[in-house]
Amino acid sequence: MSKRTLLRAGRLVDPASGHDGVADVLLDGAVVAEVGPGLEAAGAKEVDCGGLVVCPGFVDLHVHLREPGREDAETIETGSRAAALGGYTAVCPMPNTDPVADNAGVVEMVAARGREVGLVDVFPVGAVTLGQRGVELAELGAMARSAAGVDCFSDDGHPIREARLLRLALEYARAFDAVVADHAEDASLTDGAQMHEGEVSAMLGLAGWPAAAEEMVVARDLLLAELTGGRLHLCHLSTGGAVELVRAAKARGVRVTAEAAPHHFTLTDDAVRSYDPVFKVNPPLREKADVEAVRQGLADGTIDAVATDHAPHAREDKEVEWSAAPPGMLGLQTALGLALAELVGPGYLELPAAIERLTAGPARCRRLPGHGGPVTPGAPANLTVLDPAAHWTVDRARLASRARNTPFHGRELTGRVVHTLLRGAFTVRDGEAQR
Amino acid sequence: MRTKHLLSAADLTAGEITRVLDTAAHLAKVTDRAIKKLPTLRGRTVCNLFFEDSTRTRISFELAAKRLSADVINFSAKGSSVSKGESLKDTAITLEAMGVDAIVIRHGASGAPWRLAEWVRAVVVNAGDGTHEHPTQALLDLYTMRQRFPSFEGLRVAIVGDVLHSRVARSNVLALTTMGAEVTLVAPPTLLPARVETWGAAVSYDLDAVLPKQDVVMMLRVQLERQRAGFFPSMREYARLYGLDARRLDAMADHAIVMHPGPMNRGVEIAADVADSLERSVIADQVANGISVRMALLYLLLGGPEVMA
Repeated sequence: MSKRTLLRAGRLVDPASGHDGVADVLLDGAVVAEVGPGLEAAGAKEVDCGGLVVCPGFVDLHVHLREPGREDAETIETGSRAAALGGYTAVCPMPNTDPVADNAGVVEMVAARGREVGLVDVFPVGAVTLGQRGVELAELGAMARSAAGVDCFSDDGHPIREARLLRLALEYARAFDAVVADHAEDASLTDGAQMHEGEVSAMLGLAGWPAAAEEMVVARDLLLAELTGGRLHLCHLSTGGAVELVRAAKARGVRVTAEAAPHHFTLTDDAVRSYDPVFKVNPPLREKADVEAVRQGLADGTIDAVATDHAPHAREDKEVEWSAAPPGMLGLQTALGLALAELVGPGYLELPAAIERLTAGPARCRRLPGHGGPVTPGAPANLTVLDPAAHWTVDRARLASRARNTPFHGRELTGRVVHTLLRGAFTVRDGEAQR
Repeated sequence: MRTKHLLSAADLTAGEITRVLDTAAHLAKVTDRAIKKLPTLRGRTVCNLFFEDSTRTRISFELAAKRLSADVINFSAKGSSVSKGESLKDTAITLEAMGVDAIVIRHGASGAPWRLAEWVRAVVVNAGDGTHEHPTQALLDLYTMRQRFPSFEGLRVAIVGDVLHSRVARSNVLALTTMGAEVTLVAPPTLLPARVETWGAAVSYDLDAVLPKQDVVMMLRVQLERQRAGFFPSMREYARLYGLDARRLDAMADHAIVMHPGPMNRGVEIAADVADSLERSVIADQVANGISVRMALLYLLLGGPEVMA
């Protein structure tokens, strides 16, 4: 008889099934055996979840694990640990590694290393174009049919400049029912850009990245999705205009999904006044109205998913002049706390809806078998147990990432991951990574 | 002074700016003496940390520090370990270990002095950062204006040219508006920053319409690389629309003065006969005043209360 675990008396929030209420969850080995009130489970190990929330493990559509190539900033192991501690059971690393994940060999290596570490399921994103150079398509078929089973392609960080190429990618990817995820940025408008273009950039003497540079590419991408019938996913929406374009496109039935990053619903370009590159990110921190629009987009479902864009950078790469620093910030361990503080706290979303944007929402954007719920008998036991009332203070020195570039150091957050389970095994127990 | 460093012209209140200018006026008398030195900063070390070539600013700071008897080190990025890839942080740590009291930094990256100030205990003076600020230039400009005009209240100052990329413009707008002057920015729309209307200055694209009303006309250097980047079609067209020539000089009020932070592009933003006009141009005064103003700043920032007491 396999090992049985009973998650006793937690509030089960399972967006995929619509369940929200106190229930016991019985796990048998790697799968959910039974869900319901007052389960009898002789011999099962009981874990008291009273006062806690039990939900599907979180799914992050957008992370950078830096392996291969920049193992000094992050590895699949350290990134997986950060993910598990953040409540994640699935992460999707972007292909901008060295070498670029534009072939079956690299995506298989990333997926295999993820399995070996075993703290989260790692679903690599393949590059759309060779070397992410935006010139010719990478072998999407080889990656899709590889052992990694890639179902999402992106040149993240390098927007696909040529409309024709994106059109072809959207069409070609249909053969594998794969998603093309675009980083929407018109490079001719952002050449040399250092931050969001606005009042703050003007005062700081930093070249600006106008909202229009994102919005015009979002508009283009939506039109191409409509033209091709391909599956489009838009990475890290950051402007009010972009959210509005997606809202309108969804209303007319375009096959599009979208994500937003916690820092884009939390911080504004005001933070740049310190010139501390920990606040440098792409797309850049925008204005108050944009933050508001991103929150509204998450609230009404225009934005399907919270995705962290977790982007570790070595200390020496960030301890430089603003313009010399690479963009990117850590996100895996702070996403839940920020979602509760910035989305649930002020009333933009109820707790179940916020959990949906971390679980079923992102899972819906891709094919991630066994993730995002529903928590029903026979389903893989990928679960997170969180304490929505626990207070903690972000301490960059205590994060599991190899890098330290969180913009939230010192910030008090409410909401903490207590346990994370991957196929029934604790990857995090009582807030401690099990490996 | 409330501020430990001088990073931005916005660090200074109207009272502090006045104090700097008054102190500079007092110290200017020293330069009239045969022996131009004061013992005030004896035993203190000032480092000029220049990551960009700017001979005139560096010499001005060097003379200012030396006239206050400070020891001066010139650390130029060229020919130093910086050119071998040493980071700003390592340079900062090195200078800190050497016990430098003040660092005067010129850097091509906007905000570099803010980073430096986080890494050192020494006083940091911004001598120009990227396309951001150049607060000592603004202070010497104000000093020069005060030599000609009794008050900043209602003083009409036009700043003409590449405001978008100008650190001189940003610092001057901040200091002048703090002092109650009425600033008008004149430039082609492509060389004005986003939301410039929030700066507390008027904005015009028409130099001829603005000129007759000004007490001070400050011309900014325009760089050929901006034309290459497409901000305006040609240097010739720029000069025609925004250059200060003899005809435009005649359109100015009789009492109005012409300023330029240097180095000048004669024949582009300013015609040679305007730059050299003895009645109108105070460009040479700006250079001379730079030393007194920088002496005043080093004195106030480094001397501390015991010196001022």
